[in-house]
Amino acid sequence: MTEKTSGSTGVGGITAAPNKQTIQDVVIRFAGNSQDGIQSIGGLLARLAGRTEKDVMTYMTIPATISGGPSIFQVRLGTGDVLSAGDEVDILVAFYQHSYKDNIQTLRKGGILLYDSDNVQPDPNDKTYRTVGVPITSRTVEAIGGTAKDKGKNMFVLGLVARTFDLDMPKLEAMLQAGYGRKGEDVIRNILGAFHGGYAYDIGKLMETFEFRPQADRAGKKKVVTDGNQAIAYGAIAAGVRFGAAYPITPWTSVMEILRAELPKYGGMFVQAEDEIAAVAMACGASYAGHTALTGTSGPGLSLKSEAIGWAVMAEIPLVVVDVQRGGPATGLPTNVEQSDLNIARSGSHGDAPRIVIAPGSVEDCFYTTVEAVKLAREYSCPVILLSDQALATRVEAWDMPDLKKHVTDISPTFEPRGPNFKPYENTPDGIPHHAAPGTPMVDGKYPIVTGLEHDEYGHPASRPSNHAMMVAKRRRKLQMLSLKLPPPEMYGPPEGNVLLLGWGSSRGPICEAVDRARANGEEVSAIHLRYLLPLQAGIQEIMQSFNHILVVELNDRGVYGYGQLGGIMRAMYCDPRIRGINKTDGLPFKVREILDQLHQRLPAVNTAGMD
Amino acid sequence: MTTISTPTIELKAYTKKELVGDQPTWCPGCGDFSILATYFKLLEKRQIPREKIISIAGIGCSSRFPYFVNAYGVHFVHGRAAAFATGVSLTRPDLHVCVFSGDGDAYSIGGNHLTHAARKNIKMTLVVMDNQVYGLTKKQTSPTSPIGFKSKTDLTGSVDHPINPMKQLIAAGATFIARSHSHMPNHVADVMDQAIGHDGFSVVEVLSECTEFFPGAFDGANPRKGGAFTLVPKEHDVTDEAGAYKLAMADFPGYFGVFLKVNRPTKNALEAGLINDAKSKIGTAVPLEMLQKSFDRFA
Repeated sequence: MTEKTSGSTGVGGITAAPNKQTIQDVVIRFAGNSQDGIQSIGGLLARLAGRTEKDVMTYMTIPATISGGPSIFQVRLGTGDVLSAGDEVDILVAFYQHSYKDNIQTLRKGGILLYDSDNVQPDPNDKTYRTVGVPITSRTVEAIGGTAKDKGKNMFVLGLVARTFDLDMPKLEAMLQAGYGRKGEDVIRNILGAFHGGYAYDIGKLMETFEFRPQADRAGKKKVVTDGNQAIAYGAIAAGVRFGAAYPITPWTSVMEILRAELPKYGGMFVQAEDEIAAVAMACGASYAGHTALTGTSGPGLSLKSEAIGWAVMAEIPLVVVDVQRGGPATGLPTNVEQSDLNIARSGSHGDAPRIVIAPGSVEDCFYTTVEAVKLAREYSCPVILLSDQALATRVEAWDMPDLKKHVTDISPTFEPRGPNFKPYENTPDGIPHHAAPGTPMVDGKYPIVTGLEHDEYGHPASRPSNHAMMVAKRRRKLQMLSLKLPPPEMYGPPEGNVLLLGWGSSRGPICEAVDRARANGEEVSAIHLRYLLPLQAGIQEIMQSFNHILVVELNDRGVYGYGQLGGIMRAMYCDPRIRGINKTDGLPFKVREILDQLHQRLPAVNTAGMD
Repeated sequence: MTTISTPTIELKAYTKKELVGDQPTWCPGCGDFSILATYFKLLEKRQIPREKIISIAGIGCSSRFPYFVNAYGVHFVHGRAAAFATGVSLTRPDLHVCVFSGDGDAYSIGGNHLTHAARKNIKMTLVVMDNQVYGLTKKQTSPTSPIGFKSKTDLTGSVDHPINPMKQLIAAGATFIARSHSHMPNHVADVMDQAIGHDGFSVVEVLSECTEFFPGAFDGANPRKGGAFTLVPKEHDVTDEAGAYKLAMADFPGYFGVFLKVNRPTKNALEAGLINDAKSKIGTAVPLEMLQKSFDRFA
């Protein structure tokens, strides 16, 4: 539990005396078995967060390290910007002995173990945390009416949590009605019975209760609750994408599942292709035919798609490729997070194959970067690779309802006659081609060819040395034009100081929180977040000049020469020996503490502000 | 995506001459010339508006085809033309989609896409110019090269069992399958015309001699060289899959003509059906309203 306003971290939480405390946020981990339906508690809490006037922000993670029988999820509830999943658990809810044993190490010192006293016997000698036993199983059975079935424990616990944190009861009830009403009267009666049983349990006798500090500027804003993959799928629809093709691969798959179900309503379709290569080929075909298409995958699939992406670079066809990164190489860690596809995204085709690479920094950003990816692909007529990752894909966040009017776009093709002397690859100053979709009449009766061979301005094969040099430069120039138009990188913290943390993608939250903690501790630390990885935004060098140390924070290896993938690019770009890296490769998102620990290890002197 | 209307400016009929694109790069005597000439002839006959014609190819000698046709054309990567054409065909029902390929492109590197375009019955015509050798790269063994064929990758003769394209296409579920020989242009024209008219995934496997690297490969099927050009027996039922398979099992030179022609809904039609079903449920809602509804559910 953190008290952001006081600036201290991890200390403003639970004290021994039962009473009601006002808090900023709390991290709760629920641990049970998969049949206990505890994921649905998470979904409900997340959705409640989106609806309640108390504006509780939610950050739900399903830690990937556990699969099969045991099931857990972790939720961080709080007011204000909840930036990360939280380093340590404040309250562990354990349904079984193994749930307790397997997860107790995540509970912070002084945290609360809330356990089912019917099934769990905590170690009486461990005094590093407090224990609160509630007979969850028997009370649930009792609440439902003595059926001797303990189904509904999840709802009992939801009631307990609602009581403990003074959550909005009418809204929770309405959500339960809406969510389970269709399953029949008996079901909803049992659910509400268990839920009310939990709420009625006098938890206040055993421990203190809490309420969240209201956040004035958040009040009244309508929120939506989605995971990152949902945000990508609906972002694509908003942007006007009506055709896509992909092959199922974790953790990308849910995007294609959504699009397969949704696109027909919009007059479109999403095709499950026979393989990754076919998927990108189909997307290239639809894009060429006038319907800018999307394909998506995770690391292994991006490797397979690389050749066709290079074709789209050469033929200058708009294409959106979503890569929901996981641990690599090879099959790697399918259900873990890593930011190690940056290099292949930037340069993963043979030849000089410039393309645009952008990365969302949050679930909300998944929506906006997807909209932007489609726009950029069309504007610059080239592939755009969107680098999401497993952490964003599975994380549930509440975010401001987007103003859809601003984003819903019709990108269907037009067919006004072209020519005479139509040149699809005219060597213009901005280098941007203007393709004619098939179906477009050519007034001079000469029709263009689109090809992966090096070609002249008309699209016909041309291997003349001067022509290749001209066309390579043309394709590169498009990105140079784009880099001039990009906004400067997002700055977190003052624009000058001692240490600059530089990050990209899903690490944005933990990095920003690390800045908050460091600053609260008197350290002059700021951060910039790079949304565009190719081309890079202008102004990075100027920002770096105002700091003594630059640390590139990314979830990938430090590499043979000591720098991560973005770190290496930064070094090559700016030839600045102050650039170093904070990297890790355990397949889990950054904890705030891990960033700060590495920062302090590498720069012992920064504990004293300004001293170098 | 289901209804696309484009303007047309060609009000008078066009002739073959107007379809002529770049000068073909094929060697003199190459069988592929005959297929190009046939294609021109069929387009002229059918008067498909030129802006609606799209030729798609992968890589290989045969796959240079789109350059030689003055209509829309795409030269994609090796082996994936059928997949590319799937994206075109599904989004643009108004276009006439033809894929030109060779034995290496279609049966080796692109084998997977052939299988799946066939089973999904994507509306397109695929013409495979099979010369049983890699010609563009100057004589390596191809997936259809006969055992014992001496190439630069099999100096003492190929040891690998060749693919039987007809058997493979039948098994994959192609709904129109024909076999022809480039030395018999009238026959090529006949089966290609039927293929183009077929509503579904239609394939014409054409034996097309590489005079440079595998000369005489198909003499056994050329009456002018003393071979036997045996037509599919008149009594063969083109909807009989097992019968088609029997024809496909015949030793070289085998049979020529239409092996299989069945009607099965195309993916194009099935997807259009899904769109119509979805649209009938939502009525007149525009995209903004539908999307807002989804987001309201997330709220």
